[in-house]
Amino acid sequence: MSQTLSAGSGRYRTRSPAKYPKPRRIRWSALMSVLGTAPMIITAIGVFVICIVYSGLLSFTDARMFPSFNFVGLDQYKRLWSTGRWIVSANNLWFFGLLSVGLSMMFGFLLAVFMDQKIRCESLLRSIFLYPFAMSLVITGLAWRWILDPSIGIQAAVRGWGFTDFTFAPLVNADTAIYGLVVGAIWNSIGVTMAIILAGLRGIDTEIWKAARIDGISAWKTYLFIVLPMMKGALFTAFVLQCVGVVRVFDIVIAMTQGGPGIATQMPAVFVIEHITNRINVALGMAAAMMMLLPVILLLALNGFIQWRMKRNRERLS
Amino acid sequence: MTLVVNNVVPGASGRVLEGPCGPRKSQLSIARLGIYGFLIMAALFFLMPFWVMIVTSLKTLPEIREGNLFNWPSDPTFEPWIKAWFSACTGRDCNGLQPGFWNSVKITAIATVVSITIAAINGYALSFWRYRYANLVFGILVFGAFVPYQVVIYPLIITMRELGIFSTLLSIVLVHSIFGMPILTLLYRNFFASLPMEMFKAARIDGAGFWQIFFRIMIPMAVPITIVAIILQLTGIWNDFLFGTVFAGRQNMPMTVQLNNIVQTTTGVREYNVHMAATILTAAVPLIVYFISGKWFVRGIAAGAVKG
Repeated sequence: MSQTLSAGSGRYRTRSPAKYPKPRRIRWSALMSVLGTAPMIITAIGVFVICIVYSGLLSFTDARMFPSFNFVGLDQYKRLWSTGRWIVSANNLWFFGLLSVGLSMMFGFLLAVFMDQKIRCESLLRSIFLYPFAMSLVITGLAWRWILDPSIGIQAAVRGWGFTDFTFAPLVNADTAIYGLVVGAIWNSIGVTMAIILAGLRGIDTEIWKAARIDGISAWKTYLFIVLPMMKGALFTAFVLQCVGVVRVFDIVIAMTQGGPGIATQMPAVFVIEHITNRINVALGMAAAMMMLLPVILLLALNGFIQWRMKRNRERLS
Repeated sequence: MTLVVNNVVPGASGRVLEGPCGPRKSQLSIARLGIYGFLIMAALFFLMPFWVMIVTSLKTLPEIREGNLFNWPSDPTFEPWIKAWFSACTGRDCNGLQPGFWNSVKITAIATVVSITIAAINGYALSFWRYRYANLVFGILVFGAFVPYQVVIYPLIITMRELGIFSTLLSIVLVHSIFGMPILTLLYRNFFASLPMEMFKAARIDGAGFWQIFFRIMIPMAVPITIVAIILQLTGIWNDFLFGTVFAGRQNMPMTVQLNNIVQTTTGVREYNVHMAATILTAAVPLIVYFISGKWFVRGIAAGAVKG
């Protein structure tokens, strides 16, 4: 079901462009094509090139409230990496990212495999697993904030059942607040991971099962060693979806902990927005934004390199 | 640069969602009970927050303090719902969620139409009228799908301030159109690229031009993909929080931002029942879209895999 498309490489271009007969109006129509896609040209060049370059330039200046072009070299980056708030943010992003993506993929895969066992009420269960994704991360954050709130949430409920010294208040403690965020985040995302992986499972030839059975391979081994490698595409899709979401994590932090207690659950996305709004330190915020862009660019470059290697190997073989 | 996109061509993906095809097992066994046990536990985990919000929103404040989180209210009341809609307070304004709801309706409706129109034209032009550098522009746009919003937000604020449209309806619609464009363009481009070229050639021979082919032939054929795009945008824009806080301004504050403001207001008694009613009201629109659209929603997610 899923396929890997590489934009601009032309590998998946199903047809060569513009092999139609050329009537007189061709120039007029070509002009229309440029005019019609003007919003795209403006967005691509204006936002995704000029704005990024502009942000990059600002990160080398001492701009505070308004843009200035008084260049100060790498000072902002040095300051950034000696700012406790940023270091906590960066560490949180790694911790939160690894934990939430890992757990979401694991439970998503497990649920997908279990859903694939000819069970009853499959569509009902799928609706239940997936509905959190339809809701905003603000709502997810608020809902879990209340459930983990010691005065009205699970702690109060369990104490009400008679266990009066039961303590469960992850969001109050600086060491555990991040786990609260992870629970909220995976509640929102497991369903999607499951749906994508399930679609991948359903796309696999049913003959595999017969073949594995004849060879006497157990069901779980078939899943782990035969089916799993066959659905790389679906797993990769789910993984990319999770990772893009993790770098952007903002809403759920604001709704659930507002970065607290203290600065325990600060995240880079929150750091940047705070520095360009309340803290009025644009240049430092832009330096932080550039640090957020860095892993994205590295990953894309790595991906491009792998694609290029694979293409070269294919050409060598043929 | 690589993007993973699920094939949303109609018919191709519908099949794989039908019927399980795992290893064959039919009789009840311990393993089978284990599977059901796990699935039921998971279902309870997913339903619990929503259940808690519904029962709490129907309770009175004393009952919330005294009673159990999970219990059905002894005397259900709709008072909190009415208060959440008409008179919940954010700071000094006590107009409830109502204005936020209508702002969100306005923003979502306009931005959905604008972004989908732009993307459909882009996809069509990229598939049939590729001019020089068109693929380069498209490549940059796809790269944009991965760029963290924080990197471009400040330059956008400055630009909009210069143009005098910052904190207006126009600015928030523009922002949603910009950030929706990469994935929607990709969606339409892949769809149009799957159509037979002969059809386009025939229309060209008959003398149809750029817009004629687009409106007469392509739009009617693109209905399924447009449904996917509409679902994607309706839920995506309604659920947005970041752009709403930064670009919408006080006049057009969307529902999610207003909800957060109501809940985070620290003065006075925390009215949990009103807050939870407000949360459910904010979630209602995307949930209704979700339950009506069913399988289309899953396709939308798969298609929007990079939107995040």
